[in-house]
Parts: sequence; structure tokens; C-alpha cells
Amino acid sequence: MSTEVQEQETETEAETEPAESPHQSRRMEQKRQRAAQRDLEEEARTEIDDAEETVEIKVFRFDPEVAGKEEPRFDTFHVPFFKGMTVLDALIYARDHYDSSLTFRHSCRQAICGSDALFVNGTQRLGCKTQIADLEDHLSSTIRIEPLPHQEVVKDLVVDMEHFYDQMEAVEPFFDADELPDGELEEQRQDRENREKIKMSTRCIWCGACMSSCNIAAGDNEYLGPAAINKAYRFAMDEREGESRKQERLNIIEQEHGVWRCQTQFSCTEVCPKDIPLTEHIQELKREAVKNNLKFW
Amino acid sequence: MHEHDVLVIGGGGAGLRAAIAAHEEGADVAIVTKLHPVRSHTGAAEGGINAALRDADSWEDHAYDTMKGSDFLGDAPAIETFAKNAPEEVINLEHWGMPFSREDDGRVSQRPFGGLSFPRTTYAGAETGHHMLHTMYEQVVKRGIEVYDEWYVTRLAVTDHDDPEDRVCHGCVAYDIKTGELAGFQASGGVILATGGLGQAFDHTTNAVANTGDGPAMAYRAGVPVEDMEMIQFHPTTLPSTGVLISEGVRGEGGILYNDEGERLMFEYGYANNEGELASRDVVARAELTEVNEGRGIDDEYVHLDMRHLGEERILDRLENILHLAEDFEGVDGLEEPMPVKPGQHYAMGGIEVDENGETCIDGLYAAGECACVSMHGANRLGGNALPELLVFGGRAGAHAGGRDLGEAQIPTGQSAKSEDEDVDTPVAPGAIDTGDEDVAADGALVDPDEVVDHHVDVEEQRVESLLEKDDGVNHAEVRADVQETMTQNVNVFREESNLKEALEDLRVARERYQDVYVRDPSRTFNTDLIHTIETRNIIDVAEAITLGALAREEFRGAHWRAEHQERKDEDWIKHTMLAWNDGNPDLYYKPVILEGEDKTYEPKERSY
Ligand SMILES: Cc1cc2nc3c(=O)[nH]c(=O)nc-3n(C[C@H](O)[C@H](O)[C@H](O)COP(=O)(O)OP(=O)(O)OC[C@H]3O[C@@H](n4cnc5c(N)ncnc54)[C@H](O)[C@@H]3O)c2cc1C
Ligand code: SF4
Ligand code: FES
Repeated sequence: MSTEVQEQETETEAETEPAESPHQSRRMEQKRQRAAQRDLEEEARTEIDDAEETVEIKVFRFDPEVAGKEEPRFDTFHVPFFKGMTVLDALIYARDHYDSSLTFRHSCRQAICGSDALFVNGTQRLGCKTQIADLEDHLSSTIRIEPLPHQEVVKDLVVDMEHFYDQMEAVEPFFDADELPDGELEEQRQDRENREKIKMSTRCIWCGACMSSCNIAAGDNEYLGPAAINKAYRFAMDEREGESRKQERLNIIEQEHGVWRCQTQFSCTEVCPKDIPLTEHIQELKREAVKNNLKFW
Repeated sequence: MHEHDVLVIGGGGAGLRAAIAAHEEGADVAIVTKLHPVRSHTGAAEGGINAALRDADSWEDHAYDTMKGSDFLGDAPAIETFAKNAPEEVINLEHWGMPFSREDDGRVSQRPFGGLSFPRTTYAGAETGHHMLHTMYEQVVKRGIEVYDEWYVTRLAVTDHDDPEDRVCHGCVAYDIKTGELAGFQASGGVILATGGLGQAFDHTTNAVANTGDGPAMAYRAGVPVEDMEMIQFHPTTLPSTGVLISEGVRGEGGILYNDEGERLMFEYGYANNEGELASRDVVARAELTEVNEGRGIDDEYVHLDMRHLGEERILDRLENILHLAEDFEGVDGLEEPMPVKPGQHYAMGGIEVDENGETCIDGLYAAGECACVSMHGANRLGGNALPELLVFGGRAGAHAGGRDLGEAQIPTGQSAKSEDEDVDTPVAPGAIDTGDEDVAADGALVDPDEVVDHHVDVEEQRVESLLEKDDGVNHAEVRADVQETMTQNVNVFREESNLKEALEDLRVARERYQDVYVRDPSRTFNTDLIHTIETRNIIDVAEAITLGALAREEFRGAHWRAEHQERKDEDWIKHTMLAWNDGNPDLYYKPVILEGEDKTYEPKERSY
């Protein structure tokens, strides 16, 4: 997709009220009064925290089938700022008040579903976890919100995740123990240290931020990428799986488009919202792979 | 048309467990889900999964705690089936590689949770749900189960027999979010609804944006009664600004609640002299709001939850995720300061009426997980009981639909389970306004599976087209916001008759406005405007069922507090509130609670903590 985009200002006025029935208008009038009452209280509260401020967000727009949107462009929205506001909150505000066609994925709004990884001011971040107040000059300059780079854009901020999912599945991302303990209710014991070792790697929420930040992945479509390799790490290091399975796992990550492609640029580690030490995990697997080969030579 | 033996709608914990179970029976099973499975809200669960795993514990104690916790509105056959099967399900997860927290001997750790007589909550840090969801999705990948992700199910394809109990479900209609294409899905073995919670009916909730009650709304309109919808759990510890949950695990590990005066409120004001912070959720939520109402809240809004005294090491070992949540969403460092918390909508104890095998009164239609009501949570769910519920009953629904004989269910369903003959007056006619999409012909003519599915696809095609074509009207977001606001104002922790009536009026207005709703985005590509508009209709239907049930239940039981009725009235109210859509003429009726278990009868006792 071309990065040349037009810019366009969008009306940021609220929708006009639709016609109402008499019964309805009486109810709505009461409602408005209640709302006004609340608004006053709210205002009184926020005035102290100096509201009245707005943030300007510039959002990437694109829709392959709608006239006027098939050429990528940026739309600008002015959104009232409140303390604790996140990038996702700003997007939701813009969508619900100004343009309901503004499209982005989101669900949990607590950094666990991994669906709202975005490119905010040039960095991969989760919209819900990014406080506007933490962005530099958030009140004086525009916040730029784009879809994850190096992924095909479906519409607005939504990218196609299929390739990411395919890479995750390529490492056989499932527990596969050589043998299970006897007796249905018997547990497979796991040392606390071993759980500690794999703990960080199990936190991945499949957001795709790391993959999108990786130069190697951008140039080599077959590279497994940091998230998938981390997934492989999670199982390869789990002592409950057994040696033969670990061997198979190492074979997968040692292949041509596996760990050896990584050039330790750390970009994945920098953007991971779950603080997973991705580069370190990749390095550790490289070392395992070397040991592994030495065994045979 | 897509054809499978078993269709699972929803890829959260319940849906994944059901799919695996059906697959184990040899069925060709597919999951249809509006979010990719790993995006489901099960991933947000923090605290843990209850199961009687140790010798000093027993399934009988787990069953008793659950019945008591439910305030005697749970059905014994459901609760006993649940407590007996939970251990096996948890070990199953362990065998699938779930990274549980461990004891020194390498066994799965357990911790205390509210309302439990034994520390039987297994957990993986404070991110139990994330690990459970991913572990099960991994097993789905391993088994090669087909997943239609980002497909939104809009309607169930049922035959048009007059009596819902004669109807058969042959499949569903779904909409491919990426392309806008509507397609029919047919299932010969059964359709399992596993669509999760309905928290979006409220504006301060721990639930995800996708939790819009689609399952209960679709099943209700197809003719399945919804049960005990008024029973909504408000969690006592949510962050005031966002509703993000601070796990009960914090109190389980020893976290303390303080009011503005620095008093340990649970003891200071006698809300729970024995259990203190670990009393059941309804008790703690009311305690906090009472503090706020009596002027001892902080900023007139919340109280403090303090875990600093637990020490950094223990916090990092067991509650690390809580530190991140408090920091990211409230800007508070839990190691240095207490965290602000207040009650928020959290869980729907009621839902689609099913029996212990997951079946509804419509043949071939099942439900499991939070969208269903077996019923085992009754008037109050114990923390850590929802995740094992979706394992046990998701597994049973999947196995049954996949062909396994689970024996005769003991919980009766459908209108024939009615306890009283006399008609109960519905305080306000629910759903009385026709919104143009309820066209079940009800003449029994539509029976052939292909025809049934095709017919429902046509109906949905028209609905979607008219929404997309309309040029002007009301934005669904305004209607949704009104519903959420009135529910939070009027159908919250404390409920009064006048407020409940006001909410019903507001919901009626919302329904009227919804008739003018339009979708501004004309695109067929990833049209979230359209999806949210359809969801909003579902939100209105479930909000109304909640409010009606709350108005009708004139007593105080579990999470359902009524200003005018300050006591539990066992004589009249040990019964389930049922609401049946009845092709647009809803019926309110009751069905008895089953207190007889396999070898014992649960005697209602005063709940004290
Ligand atoms: C913050 C939080 C913490 C919790 N902590 C705990 C805990 O510690 N212990 C415990 O026992 N319980 C806990 N609970 C409760 C428990 O997590 C939930 O009840 C449970 O995870 C719900 O699982 P589910 O499979 O029913 O639904 P979900 O996981 O919500 O899945 C619903 C699925 O249905 C799909 N879907 C919905 N509508 C449609 C549609 N129309 N078409 C297609 N697909 C659709 C969604 O895409 C999703 O895949 C917690 C709940 C919350 C909100
Ligand atoms: S490793 Fe981190 S950045 Fe990459 S997908 Fe997982 S959570 Fe996202
Ligand atoms: S909305 Fe779920 S990760 Fe941001």
C-alpha cells in the first residue's frame, strides 16, 4: 500500500437529534434534565482537574469499496481529554460521536485480548494500554494512529492477521507430553523453577506488535518471527514434555527461516506489551540449537 | 451453506471445551466466533478455578459451599454434577500443559477464595483465564478443529412449530465480518451457544466490549426461556475509572479494605464479622457502597484495597498481573499505595435455560458457559466457580451433541417445567414493540433442515440490507449508551421499585428509538458499525429481561437486594424466574428450585459470613 496519503479534516460535530414522539419527548426531556444535572456535577468535578482540553488525533482511513475511501488518507478528530484517557478511549469517542464507520478491533480494553495493537506516533502499542498523557506533547501536537505496518490493511486500522496466525501454528503450538502420569487425577509435577523459566513466554496475547516491528519479518515473509519462536520456546523449555519432543521442536526452529534469521535488533522486545524478553528467548534457542548439533558431530 | 455435525457458537472457554469434547466423540465440529478464539473474554479471568483436589477436601463440601453461596437458588443436580466433575476437568487442563502456579512439591497450588470452606482455588498467577484460554485453543489447533473466526452469528435456524418444545434447531446464520457475506450453517448433531457474558448492558462493567448477550437474546427470541436474569453479580473490586477487575485473589491472599477514615470496614461496621474481606461478593459490594453512601467513601466514590503488607515477593509471585493493571489503568503502584476500588457489573448468574446435559427445550440447541443457566450459581456465584462450570458443562454439552449418552437429565426445561398454573402479571409488557425481524410463521410448515436454514438466511439478508440502505436515523451508540446508563442508575447493587420501573420506561424508549436506527457505514468490508447495531438490539432484550425479573422478585436474595423487601422469603421465592419470548408476547412464570441432591437435601439456612 502506498504511504502517500491525502489529509482531510472531518466535521467533528455531534449528530443532530432525530424527531421524537410526544410521549418520547417528555421522557427524553426528563432524561436530558437528569443528564444535564449529571453533566453539571461532572463539569464541576472536571473543572478542577482542568478539563476543557482536547486532543487531536489523526487517524488512517481506508476502505477498498467505498467511494472516497479507496485512496488512503488521514482524518483528524478533536476529542475532549480526560485524565486516564487511553488511545483506545479516544478512538471510541471519535467513532461514537463523529463517525461510526471508523473501524478498529478492540474488546477487553485491559491488555489481554491482544486485538488493538496499533501504530501510534510511530511505535507499535496496544491502544487500550497507552495513556494519552504518556505520549509526548499530547496536548499540543497531533497523535498519529495507523494500522500495524508490514501487514495488509483490510480497512482503516484493521489489518489481516492470517499470516501471523499461520506462523504461530507452524511451530505446533500445543502441549504434547511424551507420557502422562498414571491415574486420571494424577498431576504431572512441575518444579517451581521450571514454571518460572517459561512464565514470561506464556504471557503472549498474539497481538502481533513484535512481528510488525521486525525488519527481518518485513523482508522475509517465511521467517517464523518473534511471537512464534517465543511460542516454541514456551514448549521447548517446559520440562514436562520430554526430550524427544524437545528435539522435534528444536528441529522446527532451526530450519532456514527460523531462529538463525534473527539479527538481535531488539525491536520486538521493545514493543512487546507483555514485556516478554523475546530477543533473549531467541538467543537462548540459538544456543540450544548449537548444543543440539554438537551432539551429532 | 456450511455443514458440520456439531456447531459451537463462541470460542471462549465454554466453546473451546465443548468443541474438544464433541471432537473426542468423533464428530465433525466447527467453531463460529465473532472474535478469534484467543481474543475471548475468558482470557481476562484472573483469580482461579475451584476444584476439590486434595484428600482433606471433598466434592460434597464444594457442592455445599456452592449451594450456600447461591443463597439456595441453585439446582442440586447441577451443583453436584459440577462439584464431582471439576477435579477431573482441572487435571485435564493440567495434562494439556496449563502453566498453573505450583507448590514446592510440584503440585498445582490452591488458594482461599470468598465463600469457600477450603482453599480449593487453583490458579496461574493472577492471569488464570489467559492461560486456560490459550491452553484450550492450543488443543483445538492440535486436533485440527475448524474455526470460522470473525464470523458473527445473528440468528438461530429453528423450525417454526407453534410450541418451542416442538421446535428443532438445525443451524444458524452468520455474517463473515471480513467480507460482509451472510451464510447458513447447518448442524446435524446440535448447535451449542457459548457466547459469554452480557456486561455491556451496563456502563461500569468488568466485561469486554464484545460481551453483548447475543446468545441469551438469540435463544430467547427463538423460543427458549431465559432463567433468573435478575441475578447479576457486582464485583466489589473494580477500578473506578475503567471497570477493570482487581481479582478476588488479592483478598484471598490477605488484601484489606479500608474506608476514608482508614477503618477496616468489613469488621468495623460488622458487615462480615467472621470472614471479613472474604465474605461473598454480594456482601462485600453492598458494604462498600454503604460506606460511600454514608459519607465514608473516598472521593465519594470508592474505597481502598491494600495489599502492601503482603510484601513484594509474595505479590510478585501470585499477584503480579494486579500490579500491571493498577499501574496501567489507574496509575497506582500497588506496592507503594492502596488501590482504589468500587463495585462493578461482573457476571450474569442467569441466562439460557438448560439442563445438566447442556440442552435447551429446543431439540438440538445447547448452551454452556456464562450465557447459560444450569442453574448452579443461583442468586450469587462464588469466585472461581465460573471457569470450572464452563469446563464441566461445556464438556457435557459437547459430548452430548457429539453423540455420547449422558443419561436422562434431572432438571426439567421449557414451559412444561412451570411450577404454578396461575399467570403471573408481567409488570410492563416486555418487548412489546415489534422491531420487524420476528417473523417465525409458527405454523409448523418449515421443517426440512435445508429449507429452515435458507429461510433464516433470507430473513437476515433483508434485515442487514435494510440497515445498510437506510440513509439517516439514530446511531446505535446513542441507544446503547442510554440503555447502559439507565441500567447502571436503576438496576444496580441496590434496587428500588420506582427505579426498576423507570428503567423499564427508559428501555421502552430505547426500543422505540431503535426502530429508527441506521448504519452509517455502507461498506460490506469489516463493518463494525453494522455488528454493533445488531448487538445493541440484543442488549436491549437482555436488559429488559434483567429488569423485569428484578421487579417481579419481591424479596432479598443473594445479589438481588430490594429496598422494599429486606428479607429472604423462602416460602414464596425458592423458585426460578423464567421469561419466555413466546413470539413477541413474553410470558413470565416460575419453576421450582431442586434442593434434593443424590443423597441429601440442602436445607436453606441463613447465610452469614
Ligand atoms: C474480568 C473477569 C475476571 C474473571 N475472573 C474469574 C475467575 O478468576 N474465576 C472464575 O471462575 N471466573 C471468572 N470470571 C468469569 C468467567 O471468566 C467468565 O464467566 C467466563 O470466562 C465466560 O466464558 P465463556 O466461554 O462463557 O465466554 P467468553 O470467554 O466471553 O467467550 C464468548 C465467545 O463467544 C463469541 N461470541 C459472542 N457472541 C457471538 C456471536 N453473536 N457470534 C459469534 N460468536 C459470538 C465471542 O467471540 C467469544 O469467543 C471472570 C470474568 C471477568 C469478566
Ligand atoms: S510476543 Fe509480545 S508483541 Fe509479540 S504477539 Fe506476543 S504479546 Fe504481542
Ligand atoms: S482491547 Fe484487548 S488488548 Fe487492547
